[in-house]
Amino acid sequence: MAHIEFSQITKSFGRSHILKGIDLEIASGEFLVLVGPSGCGKSTLLRTLAGLETPDAGAIRVNGQDITRQEPQNRDVSMVFQNYALYPHMNVAENMGFSLHLQKKSKTEIANRVREIAQLLQIDHLLERKPKELSGGQRQRVALGRALARQTSIVLFDEPLSNLDAHLRSQMRVEIKRLHQKINSTMIYVTHDQMEATTMGDRIAVLKDGVVEQIGTPSEIYHQPKNIFIASFIGSPEMNFIEGAVVGQLPWPEAKKPGQLLGVRPEAIKVSEGPVLAQEWELGDYQVELSENLGGQTMLHGSLQGQTVRLLVDSAKEYHPGQKMKLKIDLTKAHLFDKSSGLNQRL
Amino acid sequence: MIKRIFAWLSLCIFAVFSLYPMLYVLSVSLRGDNAFQTQSLEIFSSQSTLKNFVVLFTETDFLLWMRNSLFISAVTTLLGVALASTSAYALSRHRFRGRNLMLFSLLASQMFPATMLILPFYIILAKMHLIDNFWGLFLIYSSTALPFCIWQMKAYYDTIPKELEEAAVLDGCSRWMTFYKIILPVSSPALVITALFSFMTSWSEYVIAAVVLQDPELYTLPLGLRSFQASLATQWGLYAAGALIVSVPVLILFISISRYLVSGLTMGSVKG
Repeated sequence: MAHIEFSQITKSFGRSHILKGIDLEIASGEFLVLVGPSGCGKSTLLRTLAGLETPDAGAIRVNGQDITRQEPQNRDVSMVFQNYALYPHMNVAENMGFSLHLQKKSKTEIANRVREIAQLLQIDHLLERKPKELSGGQRQRVALGRALARQTSIVLFDEPLSNLDAHLRSQMRVEIKRLHQKINSTMIYVTHDQMEATTMGDRIAVLKDGVVEQIGTPSEIYHQPKNIFIASFIGSPEMNFIEGAVVGQLPWPEAKKPGQLLGVRPEAIKVSEGPVLAQEWELGDYQVELSENLGGQTMLHGSLQGQTVRLLVDSAKEYHPGQKMKLKIDLTKAHLFDKSSGLNQRL
Repeated sequence: MIKRIFAWLSLCIFAVFSLYPMLYVLSVSLRGDNAFQTQSLEIFSSQSTLKNFVVLFTETDFLLWMRNSLFISAVTTLLGVALASTSAYALSRHRFRGRNLMLFSLLASQMFPATMLILPFYIILAKMHLIDNFWGLFLIYSSTALPFCIWQMKAYYDTIPKELEEAAVLDGCSRWMTFYKIILPVSSPALVITALFSFMTSWSEYVIAAVVLQDPELYTLPLGLRSFQASLATQWGLYAAGALIVSVPVLILFISISRYLVSGLTMGSVKG
């Protein structure tokens, strides 16, 4: 078990400042997901913890001990890489047992440990095979097995599922989560996929341009986004942002100020048919332009006072292009953002 | 169909062109009468004999030349592989001042024909008292083979993902252990090519050896074979028998590493 603390971590490569004073605390045994667009610094932050990059300034502490300048091999950290990074000249068992072999563990101990982990990951029938004889999913499991065989208190994942197809990805997501419940190491998982972030993390840290924009549980991040960037980055389908006269009519004092944006997720918008309840607000005339059947639900794309708005409706009802209707929103699930600062005014 | 026949015919013609000289050498080596020119095209005749081979091993210094050549080639190969694999690794993985200049200089040195360098080499070796000394040859052979070997190894290292080394470091390897436990085994195709190139540079080299080595005790195979040639009487039978034996180690080397050779020569185009 390891309690991790990043304090004021900065890192630059040449003239590009990748990390700009990151402060982050990760509880012992927690599964934290670092999410953000490409180039936001999430992988660099992970690599500073692994010891593969040295921060320019700041400190990293594990259980109170400063490890900022410690060699990677002395850190009690293992890592799963995006491209697996399996040793091609070793078979699966040798790959998984390599770190134990370096620790001069006995052959029996190594064999037992490798078998135990291989059984856990259901790859015990592949132990004699070389990496090139494995499929992508199997390679990923071996990479995971190699990281787990070391029994480190911290396990890092650098976009480990991005090379897999959608089906395998969702399967591995569940397996990694299940493993975390079993082995209780502190895990940090880097991804650019907001779906992975919200489904896997105990907490999520959203990064942008080398700064932690918000940290919280998936639910907090989804329902109480601090700013426009987080609101648009997390959640699929993406949040609607509406401006203009509609916003000024909202029953919130902040909405009267100029330069405000109404942010509302597609599932918080409804077609106004019955009475408008106390926490609801009618938005005005909406014209359907396109409908997408997503199975259980239908996504409507249409225009509200010249602005594109998407909403999710029950797929049992039929909607056709050109159809006009009134929309209403759930005010408890709506947000108001200041356009210039990007901040959520309703928090 | 016509294309196939044409291809087969062309291949057959090329095969005859490349094989015939070797078969002719074999035929000369089997003639007992030292006859080089003959009207007959047959390779084996009723007069074929292994006498030249017996004489070669019993009445000449052939074994001494072979030992010298093997020793020189082995040391050159070891030096070539050791220096090329380590320096190419540094050039591939580290960024330091003068790196590009160094790479360019290595490439530029390949533009000079080896014969042009004989005089400067001779002067350098003479000043270092390395004339008539194997070390002189090691120095020249290694330095002429190294630029190609370094570029070859560097090109291969460049295709190895950095994450492989990072995984090794996290598994507990030091920098050196990462190099010899992970990078070197993964680079075996490139190492084999490097070794072969270094070996070939020295094994059949004549011109530089003739300049550096004057003591017959130090003669290598090409120099030894040359000694069969005289202005009045050349011992063609012995010459041919020796030439055949010289080619055997190279042939064995090529056959035994052909698997690596193909993957090594295509490396870079297909990452793997």
